[in-house]
Amino acid sequence: MVLLPYLWLVCLFLAPFVIVLKISLSQTTLAQPPYSPVFDLSAGWAGLVEFGRQLSLDSFGLLFTDLIYLLSYLKSLQVAAISTIILLLIGYPFAYGIARAPRGWQPPLVMAVVLPFWTSFLIRVYAWINILQRDGLLNDVLMRLHIVDAPVSWLSSDTAIYIGVVYSYLPFMVLPLYAALEKMDETLLEAAADLGCPRWKTFWLVVVPLSLPGAAAGALLCFIPIVGEFVIPDLLGGSETLMIGQILWSEFFANRDWPVASAIAVTLLVLLLVPMLSYERLQQRSLEGGR
Amino acid sequence: MADGGKAAQEATTIEKSPLVRFEAVTKRFGSIVAVEALSLDIGHDEFFALLGPSGCGKTTLLRMLAGFELPTEGRILLDDEDIVPVPPHRRPVNMMFQSYALFPHLTVAGNIGFGLRQENVARAEIADRVAEMLALVRLPGFDGRRIDQLSGGQRQRVALARSLIKRPRVLLLDEPLAALDKKLRAETQFELVELQRKLGTTFVIVTHDQEESMIVADRIAVMDGGRLMQIAPPAEIYERPNSRWVAGFIGEATMIAGRLGTDGSIESVLGRMRVAGTGKARPGDTVWLALRPEKIGMAAERPKEDFNAVTGTVSEIGYRGEMSIYKVLLSDRSVMKVAITNVTARGGTPFSLHDLVWLSWPPEAGVVLTE
Repeated sequence: MVLLPYLWLVCLFLAPFVIVLKISLSQTTLAQPPYSPVFDLSAGWAGLVEFGRQLSLDSFGLLFTDLIYLLSYLKSLQVAAISTIILLLIGYPFAYGIARAPRGWQPPLVMAVVLPFWTSFLIRVYAWINILQRDGLLNDVLMRLHIVDAPVSWLSSDTAIYIGVVYSYLPFMVLPLYAALEKMDETLLEAAADLGCPRWKTFWLVVVPLSLPGAAAGALLCFIPIVGEFVIPDLLGGSETLMIGQILWSEFFANRDWPVASAIAVTLLVLLLVPMLSYERLQQRSLEGGR
Repeated sequence: MADGGKAAQEATTIEKSPLVRFEAVTKRFGSIVAVEALSLDIGHDEFFALLGPSGCGKTTLLRMLAGFELPTEGRILLDDEDIVPVPPHRRPVNMMFQSYALFPHLTVAGNIGFGLRQENVARAEIADRVAEMLALVRLPGFDGRRIDQLSGGQRQRVALARSLIKRPRVLLLDEPLAALDKKLRAETQFELVELQRKLGTTFVIVTHDQEESMIVADRIAVMDGGRLMQIAPPAEIYERPNSRWVAGFIGEATMIAGRLGTDGSIESVLGRMRVAGTGKARPGDTVWLALRPEKIGMAAERPKEDFNAVTGTVSEIGYRGEMSIYKVLLSDRSVMKVAITNVTARGGTPFSLHDLVWLSWPPEAGVVLTE
């Protein structure tokens, strides 16, 4: 029984990872599957040795020599970092507003945050294309309000990526923040006021420090998947600098270069290991703190 | 406590200007009236208790003094100045919360010094005064501890230190000892009294524990349903309650209903009762004689006097160690509670279940109540 979770871990995580890692060490060939060597036990021990000899780090080498990969990684990290900051700035007032709403209002408000999940993610991003296009809703409104004279081209730009990412990931920021703010003891705010602290200052001295674990959880929950984001930049973004998810997709499907695609994936995983482990540790600590 | 404040005995108000004055204060939450047209004064250097069952409005009264609730009607004066418009962070009063409300992200020193930091007091002075407070609550060297490293009793002391460091005009204590276990609570009650004497600060405590209020307070305001029932020093509240409700709420009392005769004695179904004083009652009034269990004597034989004596059978015995509580079923099917101190170490009780006993008491043992 104790082993069951580990069994899941091996089947669902470790085994696929080992396969991807193995492919990343292979060479491309025009064959089915499109890489070699292929793992084959029938050739016996000699076959295994030969298999090991054919593995190489060439694909990884390519990642560090061709600038396009490095730029894409940087671009992805940049988009993820800036989006996470915007998400924090937008998500915090959202979460704070819900947490301070009357008790009975909170479930429907949380529901409203989660509601977009009921519609396909893809359709929601397509809807944004509709809003952002030249004769779309956004330009329409801006022109009617005489903020701009001519339609602005929003699509195929970083702005469109940020809009799409921030929109899509907002619930992932709001929910952990709400959870942290909601469980905060209201009498702490009264205690601060009682000791001579005005409201605005209480926010910075008490509310913000106590919601930091929630903010960190939300930030990591957004940052990690945004780095690997593919759909949003592909549908809303331009073609100058691609995010690493897009590069991975084109290596895999357009170039049929599975080893390089796998190498990209493995490198991305190693890159994200730092924020992922810090998220884990954070969860661990909040679990212990709750005891 | 013993001198009883002669001037204050009768009154809800004190002649010289009080420190705190509630003037016809009413607080409504929607359609619920939490406090109703209540007036009371709290004097300088007084240890004042607000006592009552839950929902009686005592906590609302305290929170109005702190500024967390605003009265719907009426004024609250502190040093003759209306403080209702003053927001909580500018009021010279501090509160110790029932849950302590310590900031979990700050150390002990950070919590205690929080109030002073809001006034931009110099760091060195804050450190000095925090150390002074830690010594006062007997937690020296605890500055750097995290709140979750403290026991319940230690947290209570930190909360107390935090609410005292700004030297408030009034210290508000909202059920400050409710979270402590019985023994620690008893010790802390005496410490609170000692602290109040030492500092000379006015303490206002809210409690539902009548024993606690009697131990700590100079005067007690007994509340029920948002109204003031009685306000007096502890001994007076206990020995001379002004109503059946107060007599029943503070300690235990058996009530004997009757009619006041012209000779100053009470005629009841249990016979003629002689009393030392009749208070406000006039001959012919319906009155109740309230008797405390410890003031009633119990014997197997009929007493010599033919008044203030009733007979019955022991129907229940509650052994409490230092004393035993007997419930005696009387001839009119009513029950009288009697407390007898267990003076020998033999264990057990001098009377047993179903024993026929005689109960008697001197005329000065009871109180005559008219309401």
